Amino acid sequence: MKTIKVCVYFPPNTITKPLMYHLVKDYDLQVNILNADISLNKNGKLVADVTGTEWNIEAGLKFIEEIGLEYKLFTKTIIWQEDECVHCGACTAICPSEAISMDKLSWQLCFVKEKCLVCGLCVKACPLNVMCLSE
Amino acid sequence: MAYKTVEEINEKIRAGKAVVCTAEEILDIVEEKGVKKAAEYVDVVTTGTFSPMCSSGVFLNFGHSDPPIKMSKVWLNGVPAYAGIAAVDAYIGATELSEQLGMQYGGAHVIQDLIEGKDIELYAESYGTDCYPRKEIKTYINKNNINQAYMFNPRNCYQNYPAATNSTNKTIYTYMGTLLPNYGNVNYSTSGQLSPLLNDPEYRTIGIGTRVFIGGTQGYVSWQGTQHNPEQGRGENGVPLKLAGTLALIGDIKEMSARFVRASVYEKYGVSLFVGVGIPIPILDEDMLIKTAVRDSEIFTSIVDKSGQEDLDLKVSYQQLKSGSVEIRGKAVRTAPLSSIKRAREIADILKQQIISSEFLLTSPVEMLPKTNKISKLEVRGKSNENN
Repeated sequence: MKTIKVCVYFPPNTITKPLMYHLVKDYDLQVNILNADISLNKNGKLVADVTGTEWNIEAGLKFIEEIGLEYKLFTKTIIWQEDECVHCGACTAICPSEAISMDKLSWQLCFVKEKCLVCGLCVKACPLNVMCLSE
Repeated sequence: MAYKTVEEINEKIRAGKAVVCTAEEILDIVEEKGVKKAAEYVDVVTTGTFSPMCSSGVFLNFGHSDPPIKMSKVWLNGVPAYAGIAAVDAYIGATELSEQLGMQYGGAHVIQDLIEGKDIELYAESYGTDCYPRKEIKTYINKNNINQAYMFNPRNCYQNYPAATNSTNKTIYTYMGTLLPNYGNVNYSTSGQLSPLLNDPEYRTIGIGTRVFIGGTQGYVSWQGTQHNPEQGRGENGVPLKLAGTLALIGDIKEMSARFVRASVYEKYGVSLFVGVGIPIPILDEDMLIKTAVRDSEIFTSIVDKSGQEDLDLKVSYQQLKSGSVEIRGKAVRTAPLSSIKRAREIADILKQQIISSEFLLTSPVEMLPKTNKISKLEVRGKSNENN
């Protein structure tokens, strides 16, 4: 079993086969939707963690292509250099998935990697350069 | 009314008998004992802040070379420093940018590198004089081989700073951080109930000559800070509702630690410097106790639109801001701090320990901070009024 992070793009005015249904039912994939913004008249996208056997993940991705959708795999991750962090919080409110937040008691930064969409906003917002995109 | 003098408190500190707590710990003490007993019991309340403070910089004296030079232009690691003072004196400002690297490296980074003991490339030019014949010099300096290196910050510890948001449909990049479109977030910068000037809102104990914790060492309040604005509107508790008092601080960077002085870069804005400051407040009487027992729920600031498009000016408490979400125009908006409360607590705690162990004695101000002073705007006009 492995897990990949994928972003699927939905062009305006596209109605496809029920994507999630087929990924789950036909390819036995566990799909965890992290972020979705899809509406009929504009470009939409969906970010999800997908877990399954290598074979099924490959087949599932092929299926996404077959129904006419484009996707992008996240190969990079955000690296938080915790030792250098001063826990100011400048990266928190701009994080769209709330993967980064402040603990309200200790006022320490919390980074839940599983929720991260690798959008990179925190990399730019961090004044100390301790949020980095992996190579 | 008066219980104790600063000198009496210092005697207790020297004898190792002073009762010291932080501006957060005082809240429980006052709850438990009541104001009168708490004021008798507690001698000192310590405060702390660790925030980006742009109006910071360092005076340096490099020593004379042989043959000597009257440095008229100076660069430190490629960052221009101001050299329009005596021959080998200069001032490196925190926000100055590198001529080669731009916003990646600036005066704040030079200051952090100096504190860390790193070698810094010094390049200077001169027009040459009879007494200072050399016209150019390139060498390396560090904090151990130069005569003086002291931080002199014209404006630190702003008493109450407005929170920032963005009403437009585009992301804007400001000194208050990245502000997402359509009121996408609110950024605020304070240590709130731990903040030095919010615990002595009417400047009764903090004044010129007050000994402070700065950057990991002991320094002093040298003057009112620039833009000091004591006449700002205040709540019944004396706490200003917007931008008010400021402090000019001084401290020896040879004794500082980079844990409490950190260079920072704000995307598409520029360079700034996190400065760690802690100020002890002597509990002279019940009034000072009440002032230091201020809570985030009793400190208010305003949320302003940094794009300048909307006249927002929403009143909000620091308790609301720290909750993680505030409401703007009916919409819940996430909030983020820019000032490290975790490190502000660490500073207040270090200061507390230093006072308990008699390493840090309190001072009475040599002179109080001005109570009257209004801030004026810069008028733009085409010609001088002097010949009228």
